[in-house]
Amino acid sequence: MSDAVTDWATDYDIFDPAYVADPFTIWDDLRARCPIARSGRYGGSWLPTRMADVTEIARDIEHFSSREITVVPTDTDSEVLPAGSPPIQADPPVHTWTRRLLLPWFSHSRIATYEPYTRALCNRLVDGFIEDGSADAAADYAQQIPVRVIGRILGVPDDMSDTFTGWVRSILEFANDEERRVAARDEAIVYFIGEMEQRRGRDGDDLISTLLRAEVDGEQVSDEFILGMVGLTLIAGADTTWSALGSSLWHLATHEEDRVRLADDPALLPVAVEEFLRAYSPVTMARIVTEDVEVAGCPMHAGDRVLMNFPAANRDPDAFENPSRVVIDRAVNRHVAFGAGIHRCAGSNLARMELQVGLQEWLSRIPTFRLAEGDEVTWAGGQVRGPRHVGVVFP
Amino acid sequence: MRIRVDPDKCTGHARCYGLSPELFDVDDYGLSSVAGDGAVPVELEDKARLAIANCPEYAIEELPE
Repeated sequence: MSDAVTDWATDYDIFDPAYVADPFTIWDDLRARCPIARSGRYGGSWLPTRMADVTEIARDIEHFSSREITVVPTDTDSEVLPAGSPPIQADPPVHTWTRRLLLPWFSHSRIATYEPYTRALCNRLVDGFIEDGSADAAADYAQQIPVRVIGRILGVPDDMSDTFTGWVRSILEFANDEERRVAARDEAIVYFIGEMEQRRGRDGDDLISTLLRAEVDGEQVSDEFILGMVGLTLIAGADTTWSALGSSLWHLATHEEDRVRLADDPALLPVAVEEFLRAYSPVTMARIVTEDVEVAGCPMHAGDRVLMNFPAANRDPDAFENPSRVVIDRAVNRHVAFGAGIHRCAGSNLARMELQVGLQEWLSRIPTFRLAEGDEVTWAGGQVRGPRHVGVVFP
Repeated sequence: MRIRVDPDKCTGHARCYGLSPELFDVDDYGLSSVAGDGAVPVELEDKARLAIANCPEYAIEELPE
């Protein structure tokens, strides 16, 4: 474990248990007195907390590059992933053409075709524990859904789901444990290289097969780029949405009025999901400063890392009325849980569908539930924040 | 009421389409545009305002009469 944090403004540690458990009060404090914090930990970084600063940085792609997007440095990745993980880890022009290849897989019309599978999957999961009268809403439900939908998009067998979940947790949740992260990363790379070889020269209709046949400006896309895009699809599509779904279920388990209202009126779900995304935004990305620049009076230097604190921006009182309160029918909600600017999450339509379907099916089968007494809820943080264990009972 | 989507600002959050699908179209790359010529029927004006109030990129604007 690293040393205890003395001052969050000058020495924050996003892996500190206090930050993981309750970052909200820390952000409120920083926003009022900083508002951009600085820390020397994990190679050093800046931490903006206001909507105006976070979105200014997100849209200023001249000064803030996406050549590294992890919250801790991952220097050895370029040896095994020479093209990185585009489009999230890329600037134009690579960002532009790689993103164009992926986006149609996550369009509204395409997402609609994944919905029946998602709905059936949710019900199958509920079937597995409804007779028990208790469940882990995070591990038994939320964690099981997005990874399987992504598996279908990639065209890999369902029985890989637990392995995928393990890799994604090691890469994101335990990113500060370099040995564990690198081991998982390398296993995933070997696996996906094998999957690419199996599909090459065939006419499969999954994402990997389609990328293998893709041409950009008359040229075949090289394996390095495909590997990066496939790995990204798994990592970005799993932990993020299961964290948001877990947080939403935790909220409903602890806020009876909201739970009853949503169970009675599922038509509210699309708006409520946006509010859960705002209040419990899971994802923090990073940018690298390309040339010296000042943001809100902070002198940032070329090479500095900036943590894109979308979750804190979504709690900014200058951007939201009463931001600490979860208002499930909030009418004005310009949240940036999916980022802002050209790197807007490519899978946001998929995430929304999974959240809406996941909550709707749970509430229709288990309208009444609450936290199990004496059973501590555990949270993970860092790049992606969400609950890992949410024991609930539904007697 | 008439609205438009600024194609230079829209990055494809599709919040407008999700909230008010009657008023917007969305393409395979996630980008939104107004359905038809952007004229908003009186009964959908609240939905148009809702879409405006939920666009993270401030890409939807109400056009002057």
